[in-house]
Amino acid sequence: MTDPQILLSVRDLSVTFATKRGPVRAVDSLSFDVHRGHTLGIVGESGSGKSVTSMAVLGLHTGAEVTGSISLDGQELVGIPEREFNRLRGRRMAMIFQDPLSSLHPYYTVGEQIAEHHRVHFNSRRSVARKRAVEMLAEVGIPEPERRAGEYPHHFSGGMRQRVMIAMALACEPELLIADEPTTALDVTVQAQILELIARLQEERGLAVVMITHDLGVVARVAHEVLVMYGGRAAEQAPVDTLFASPAHPYTRGLLDSLPRLDDADDVPLRAIPGSPPSLLTPAPGCAFAPRCARAAGASPSDRLRCETERPLLSGPAGHPAACHFPAYEGVAS
Amino acid sequence: MAFPGRRRGTAPVRAVDGISFDVAPGETLGLVGESGCGKSTTGRMIIRLLEPTTGSITFDGRDISHLSQRELKPLRRELQMVFQDPHSSLNPRQTVARIISDPLLVQGSSAADARKRAAELMDLVGLIPEHIDRYPHEFSGGQAQRIGIARSLATNPRLVVADEPVSALDVSVQAQIVNLMEHLQQELGLAYLFIAHDLSVVKRVCERVAVMYLGRIVEIGDKERVYTSPAHPYTRALLSAVPLPDPAAERARERITLLGDPPSPAAPPPGCTFHPRCPKARAVCRTEAPLLRIATAGERREVACHFPEAA
Repeated sequence: MTDPQILLSVRDLSVTFATKRGPVRAVDSLSFDVHRGHTLGIVGESGSGKSVTSMAVLGLHTGAEVTGSISLDGQELVGIPEREFNRLRGRRMAMIFQDPLSSLHPYYTVGEQIAEHHRVHFNSRRSVARKRAVEMLAEVGIPEPERRAGEYPHHFSGGMRQRVMIAMALACEPELLIADEPTTALDVTVQAQILELIARLQEERGLAVVMITHDLGVVARVAHEVLVMYGGRAAEQAPVDTLFASPAHPYTRGLLDSLPRLDDADDVPLRAIPGSPPSLLTPAPGCAFAPRCARAAGASPSDRLRCETERPLLSGPAGHPAACHFPAYEGVAS
Repeated sequence: MAFPGRRRGTAPVRAVDGISFDVAPGETLGLVGESGCGKSTTGRMIIRLLEPTTGSITFDGRDISHLSQRELKPLRRELQMVFQDPHSSLNPRQTVARIISDPLLVQGSSAADARKRAAELMDLVGLIPEHIDRYPHEFSGGQAQRIGIARSLATNPRLVVADEPVSALDVSVQAQIVNLMEHLQQELGLAYLFIAHDLSVVKRVCERVAVMYLGRIVEIGDKERVYTSPAHPYTRALLSAVPLPDPAAERARERITLLGDPPSPAAPPPGCTFHPRCPKARAVCRTEAPLLRIATAGERREVACHFPEAA
């Protein structure tokens, strides 16, 4: 039953935080698979739950209630003790973050920080780990790696720091790399370099990558499969070409329509999505997107009532499910 | 309005180095570039939050580059600014009424008139005027940016400098603000200096574009020309680095990836400042800084490159 090509399998994942104003379910019944050697793009806006999901996979939510199942190569991660997680984090799965400067320790040289991973996971000698750190710096394209390994994070530019983060993440040859907005803080020419670097390392090592981003352009460039999140839930999942060519969920459709594009020829007004993303403190009883949805607004009163009161479940053709009562599938009028 | 040759440099860092451009009434000029290229410094000089070291800024025929704060006060009516982060640019302890009417009070309006105008402005930018006594934290990011825009319009300015006005907003909200700014421009005849790093947004809102690199303008001209046939190798690389939201187009695309990072403005390379990253740099590029000049005869586009791309 289980496909050996699936490295990470998430089923019915929910993450709930206890807050002063009551419990907030930041991620609600999320399921997805990540294949070896493939990139899953998770797209969403602030508060959509995309980062919370990735932190849950790495077991970084202390104090939050995590339910459901996260399985890495057949091993269940939900509920395992911290000690177990420590053995996996950095070794079999690793993460890079948006802001490399705040993720690196300012008091240690980058060489020491990369070497530390190797020493912890392989119990290797200082000299061996140090050699490995220099190799990794060379591999991620840092010139003069021998010398640079002895420098501190503030000596590096933003793009170079992100390379250091990638070197650190990959030092122990993990199978899964989670990249949370890795290029958002970078300039566009440097972003292109980092995306190319991740793609090259993925190819060479057969890495599975989860690319979390708000930028649909980045998703189009790097992802094989895409998960669109809205209000803590999956709105739509599809292979990248399908998603961009025929989005079934009105939120995905709306996002694509509202983007200004370099390859647009004419200057018709942008079709903006009205309103703002929902608050998770007061979730709507129905579809989280209903208040902003053009399809719901144009529907008959009874259909609209359904959108406003009944939560849509993820359903539809295998490989392209959408959480919408009135999805627009190819060949079906929307 | 014309802003010929300006230079600004605090001690060793020359953040903006001898740039010249002009903005016509009712026009939008886009200023694009990466972090540290001097685009925000330029915007702040235009509205005279900063004073240029050398060069001049002329607004409506009058040199404003070295006016005193007192002399600037009446001009503040005409020159306004919209900032990137809507929440941090609004005082959390003031109501929207106060925030929007502040520029009017400073300019001598009565409190009652200012409040009435604030309500009108809220309506104009798509906010509910009944929310006039609320505080900034009660608004979403997109709504807060509408407040910032309403404040900038309070005194009926003729030029609004918008510094990254949509980049802090959620993707689904950006289009709303872009549409609002376009609508207001048509309605009020505003001129914008639109500063952004997002080339897709700039293409959308501007008639003309200036591309900055390390404190200098490397290419400036009509949007269509700059985007469809960029003459400067940096403009080409910048455009090809922007990911397109279209997987098939992305795969088919010829991409120019620049090496290295933008250099520090504190230690700019000699000659053309772009030469260390330029795929077509030659000997002359390392020694001689290219001047901005007309790229193709009969065109309004200028480029600062020894070997510009043929159009």
